[in-house]
Amino acid sequence: MLAIHSGPAPAPRRQLFVGTAVACAGMITLIGGMLATWMRFRQATITAGNVWVPKRIQIPQVSTNVMLIAFVPLCVFAQWAVYAARRDDRPNTGLALGLTGIMGLSIINAQAYTFNRIALPASGGAYNSMFYAITGTFTALAIIGVGFTAVTAFRYLGGRSSDREIIAAHALYWYSLSAVFAALWFVVYVTK
Amino acid sequence: MTTIDTHATGAVGTAGDPAATAGTSSGLAQSGIAGWVTTVDHKRIGRMFFGVGLLAALGAAVLGILLGIDRASSSSVLGADSVPQVFAAYQVGLIFIVLLPVLLGLAVAIVPLQLGARALALPRFAAAGFWAWLIGSALVIGTIAANGGPGGGDRRMVAGYLLAQVVLLVGLLAAAISLVASVLSTRAPGMNMRRVPPFSFAALIGALALILALPVLIGALLYSFVDYRYGGTGFGSSADLMSHIGFGFTQPLTFAFAVPAFGIAIEALAVASGKRLPMRGTIFAGFGLIGLGLFGGVIQVPASIRKNIADASFGTALGDIVPYALVNLLPILGALIVLGVGGMALSKGRPRLVAPLVFGLLGALMVFVGMLANAVYQIGDAQLGGTVFEEGTRLFVAYGALLAALGGIAYWGPKLWGRTIADMALVPLALLGFIGTVLAGGPLLIAGFAKQPADAVDFDYSGPKALWNVLSLAGHALVALTVLAFVGLAVKAFTKGSPAGDDPWDGQTLEWATSSPAPLVNFAELHTVTSPEPLLDLKHNAERSV
Repeated sequence: MLAIHSGPAPAPRRQLFVGTAVACAGMITLIGGMLATWMRFRQATITAGNVWVPKRIQIPQVSTNVMLIAFVPLCVFAQWAVYAARRDDRPNTGLALGLTGIMGLSIINAQAYTFNRIALPASGGAYNSMFYAITGTFTALAIIGVGFTAVTAFRYLGGRSSDREIIAAHALYWYSLSAVFAALWFVVYVTK
Repeated sequence: MTTIDTHATGAVGTAGDPAATAGTSSGLAQSGIAGWVTTVDHKRIGRMFFGVGLLAALGAAVLGILLGIDRASSSSVLGADSVPQVFAAYQVGLIFIVLLPVLLGLAVAIVPLQLGARALALPRFAAAGFWAWLIGSALVIGTIAANGGPGGGDRRMVAGYLLAQVVLLVGLLAAAISLVASVLSTRAPGMNMRRVPPFSFAALIGALALILALPVLIGALLYSFVDYRYGGTGFGSSADLMSHIGFGFTQPLTFAFAVPAFGIAIEALAVASGKRLPMRGTIFAGFGLIGLGLFGGVIQVPASIRKNIADASFGTALGDIVPYALVNLLPILGALIVLGVGGMALSKGRPRLVAPLVFGLLGALMVFVGMLANAVYQIGDAQLGGTVFEEGTRLFVAYGALLAALGGIAYWGPKLWGRTIADMALVPLALLGFIGTVLAGGPLLIAGFAKQPADAVDFDYSGPKALWNVLSLAGHALVALTVLAFVGLAVKAFTKGSPAGDDPWDGQTLEWATSSPAPLVNFAELHTVTSPEPLLDLKHNAERSV
């Protein structure tokens, strides 16, 4: 029998991290495409001499700005978890993951507050439905992020403390969502 | 026999009775329906994808036949009200329920074997993707049948159709992400990206195209869904839906989806010639150029040349020609490179006429014809917009890719089932499928020049209306016959045929180094690769030592 030379098992090439990175690319394309469509509709409406944002609508600036600001500590906490896990520091890793989850929940809460206060009917023109579609998609992504944090925390604190790859992948997800929200915030809440 | 030494662990079988080996392969998995439902074995996930996709191909061909009958005759079989929905089911079905799952499924089943990996990366994610795709596909068809979809009269069903399509696309995305992560992170030691087999590289390009293009379509679907669900008016009526989401089913985006078809053709070329592929880097660059078609969908701006371009200013003309060339002409250049350089491999040796080669080459050729036709379609002065010409180009791409995929299933069947299909029975089928594709798409290209309108069955024009449409429906019928006969032959051969042996094609890449069918863990040991054709090296070294 002829045989190909067997080699040593290769170092793990971080399948979960790579997979998360690819999924994040898809997420960025999703929101990027939605923002591009938003801007296309906005330009077409304004060019036609119509009003884009309904006149009586007041977007709550405080909650949307708080969401943007909240992403800063959230990313710091996610990276803190990576840093602590590398040093096998379980208490700090757990604390950092917990804080990440809390910040994620606060962002979802701020988005829900925005939905509540904006009093924008979904059945209006293009702006109305597009606003709910894009911010709703972002909310869904944030909920997925909080779920990712919960799974990461359970796995790590449940005893799989050598599995640091998931913590790095989890941090990458939140970085990507931060970038996504920064773009969304500028287009939807600032330039409107 | 050339194989890896699988006795080291005693965990997997070698050549012999395929049934016994298959039993070993599933030894760690559950048997029966529960085994299939809960499987994380990439070979099973891939088979489920392309198995359902092939059945859907029959359905798409039947829809093509029904539409052809309606277009050729003065009376309507389908009923005027349901025509837009049938067109929608036909378009979505052809691309998202046939073309993509068949190619993606084949890639999921085969790529880890080619990479020398023991499993697919993130296999549960891929399995979840299959079920999401299957449920989404069923819901798409169901909502269209319940008066939803583009042109549908039931608002809730129109919204349901949009959401179902999101579910379908998310499923495909999950499988694509898993595939990309596999190629990037599970390659055998020594297998750098230049040593990745051509089909795996083409599958990588195709999967990346999906990951970059499908989210944009999902975004458009979500906008439309919210608008329809809550009674908005921003996106027009259901008849206007295709203007928002139609870019996902049309050329040049579909070229990027069809890249793996070229990979199958190149694999078959290399094995049939028995020689190493020349200029692999150039071929890989060709795959990349074909993949540029994805930008036709992603950028969502016209990539066509306007009418009377000769009268336009230099800046305007340049603004049209650059995107046109980027997404319509560069994929053609890529296909020319792939087929041309691949052809050099054939000219170097004495090629064997094997069925996968015939299927693969004819399929890739049909996709190439679709690319050329699209390049003409996008020129404004040709005045083909809104005609059936676009449908003709789509048929060339979709049916061409399907033909190549059939070749891929015949080629890699031994690794999935342990048995082969007789070549003599398959070669005529490849020719039948080729004639069917030409007949299905070709007459529509001609009818497009005669201004036969797209997506309509009731029209009037001066050309021989019945002739072109009857020829086209005959083409659909031949393609359906090809798929049906192939499935019949495959079921018979893969269940009762003679054992294939580990390396029935005298292969060059790692998948032929494991037993047939491949065991659950693919390889008992991980192998160090020192060239793009590790098995060919091994055989040459053995010959020299003798």
